[in-house]
Amino acid sequence: MTSLVEQPLVTRARNADLLEVRQLVVEYGFGARAARAVDGVDFAIREGEVLGLAGESGCGKTTIANTVMQILRPPARIAGGSILFEGNDLVGKSTEELRRYRWRNVSMVLQSAMNALNPVMRVGDQFVDAVRAHEKIDRRQALARAGELLELVGIDARRVSSYPHQLSGGMRQRVVIAMALALEPELIILDEPTTALDVVVQREILQQVEALKRDFGFAVLFITHDLSLLLEFADRIAIMYAGEIVETAPAERLGANPQHPYTQGLLKSFPPLRGPLTPLTGIPGSPPDLRDPPTGCRFHPRCPHCIPEQAELYRRQTTDRPRLRAVEAGHEVACHLVAEAVE
Amino acid sequence: MTTAAPLEVRSLTKHFPLGNAVRRAHVHAVDDVSFELRPGTITALVGESGSGKSTVARLLAHLSEPSAGEVLFEGSDVSHVRRRRDVLRYRSQVQIIFQDPFGSLNPVKTVRHHVERPLRIHHVVPSRQVEERVHELLRTVGLVPPEDIAAKYPHELSGGQRQRVAIARALAVEPKVVLADEPISMLDVSIRIGILNLMSKLKEERGIAFLYVTHDLASARYVADDILVMYAGQIVERGPIEDVLAAPLHPYTRLLLEAVPDPTTKTEGQQIELRKGDSSAAVDPGEGCRFRMRCPLAIEICAHTTPQLVEERPEHAARCHVTAPAN
Repeated sequence: MTSLVEQPLVTRARNADLLEVRQLVVEYGFGARAARAVDGVDFAIREGEVLGLAGESGCGKTTIANTVMQILRPPARIAGGSILFEGNDLVGKSTEELRRYRWRNVSMVLQSAMNALNPVMRVGDQFVDAVRAHEKIDRRQALARAGELLELVGIDARRVSSYPHQLSGGMRQRVVIAMALALEPELIILDEPTTALDVVVQREILQQVEALKRDFGFAVLFITHDLSLLLEFADRIAIMYAGEIVETAPAERLGANPQHPYTQGLLKSFPPLRGPLTPLTGIPGSPPDLRDPPTGCRFHPRCPHCIPEQAELYRRQTTDRPRLRAVEAGHEVACHLVAEAVE
Repeated sequence: MTTAAPLEVRSLTKHFPLGNAVRRAHVHAVDDVSFELRPGTITALVGESGSGKSTVARLLAHLSEPSAGEVLFEGSDVSHVRRRRDVLRYRSQVQIIFQDPFGSLNPVKTVRHHVERPLRIHHVVPSRQVEERVHELLRTVGLVPPEDIAAKYPHELSGGQRQRVAIARALAVEPKVVLADEPISMLDVSIRIGILNLMSKLKEERGIAFLYVTHDLASARYVADDILVMYAGQIVERGPIEDVLAAPLHPYTRLLLEAVPDPTTKTEGQQIELRKGDSSAAVDPGEGCRFRMRCPLAIEICAHTTPQLVEERPEHAARCHVTAPAN
């Protein structure tokens, strides 16, 4: 007897990291012109945890999302490392296995929901397609499920018969979140889910995600350039710069005690809404070209602590690549200055 | 204020038709908006998308003609000038910077071309001084060394550098007013502050009157002196920015403030009311307060009488029957 519900690629193992990424390298193109968008990244997400991944455009954060979701397309390719989902390496799995993994184990919400929905298909039918690709249920049941899911994200169930253009941007983004929940995945990737939306709509949506997370218990990989958003919504934050993770810590620790000069600079790039106003500087310069990244610490050309006068430190900053080191439990930093302080 | 306003708008209104000949509706994108921009002052215009804030900037830049109302430049109405010479003269005083620094520069032209064009069109300096002035402008906006930057094409520059080129181009004609429409929202976080600091510097050193259109209250607070809050085509609150943000009168301004991510509180502590109505309040609005469907303070009068802007505190006005009642 075959089961009506297709089996997920992997089944739950207790007390393990849900997702573990080890020494991941992703390249675009080949040879001398290849750009390493992700260069030796390690991170893990526990069950039910919200991991925030923050960085500027071109730092590799969306490439990581696409890699975890297994939707990388040429010229991008995994050039090294492994992605363990509940202990099983996704690298090298067959197309069919990956098809089952996507959406059932991990789903994804993109920045522009407006483009993620098919404009000439009713919302309900798009649900039906997605669900029936994975489960043997009939159209009526699938539509009923779609209605329930819409209600969960605060949209009237009758909207299943609406076309995307009949919904506001915020509503469309919620439809996409509802679709991402349809097969009850263990991990949802939110890639800049609210960047195109207004602050009020942004908060409405994130509140809804929090509430759904309490009910469903999924984990979240939350990718954004907006660090202030992560400080509020994430449990743990990883800061990316030029293809590397430069600092990772619990959200409160990162906000209270940032160690990497880049993190410090990012935090000083958000003017406060309350309290005293002081002149801010941002970070001078701009992110590097990944086809030809700076030697040593990739942040050194923009780093206020990298000065030739301190000859020995300067030599290491410009030639040695710093590794992530723990400065306290759960708080790791890749910076020569910090490494010096620890030793 | 003792200094005269170079740019003032009175009862500015812009309606866009919607639908077809049978079912005609109008979007009241801008409705009865009045304010002035003063020299050496940055005025923030804040609101959600669709509130009409960009339409205001476009009307002021003479890119669109108002349905009603006046745009007064140094006292004379310029909203309907058509003659090329008059339009040119207006644009030599009022410049606009757009959101997208990737779309507002010509990809096949160098930086020099972009900055020297306005110098030649408006005859700002004699031809032999053009190059020198281009370099001076690039230095002003922090693009150094100017000789190298001038020879580059837009794709060779970062987003922040491109936005600085757009600012240099706007400054070339020595304008009295600069309209900045979301100038930092497409830039990376770490370089946004640099653009805001540049606006402050130009305000101080050149006495330029800025209109800073944004949806980001924190950046508005950082750079602006005054604030105008728009909702569904109307100004619902205005005043000195510190006063407005410290003690907002209008329920919409309060909602905006609550919605901004606050790293010091986790979500549980700061929940906002989820909306019931849709935000199409600007389509054939009729009488009554346009925010009433989303308003926690709404009372009976809000449904049938449009509130007026009432100065509840010195220089601080709001359009709300409850928090700023008319006498």
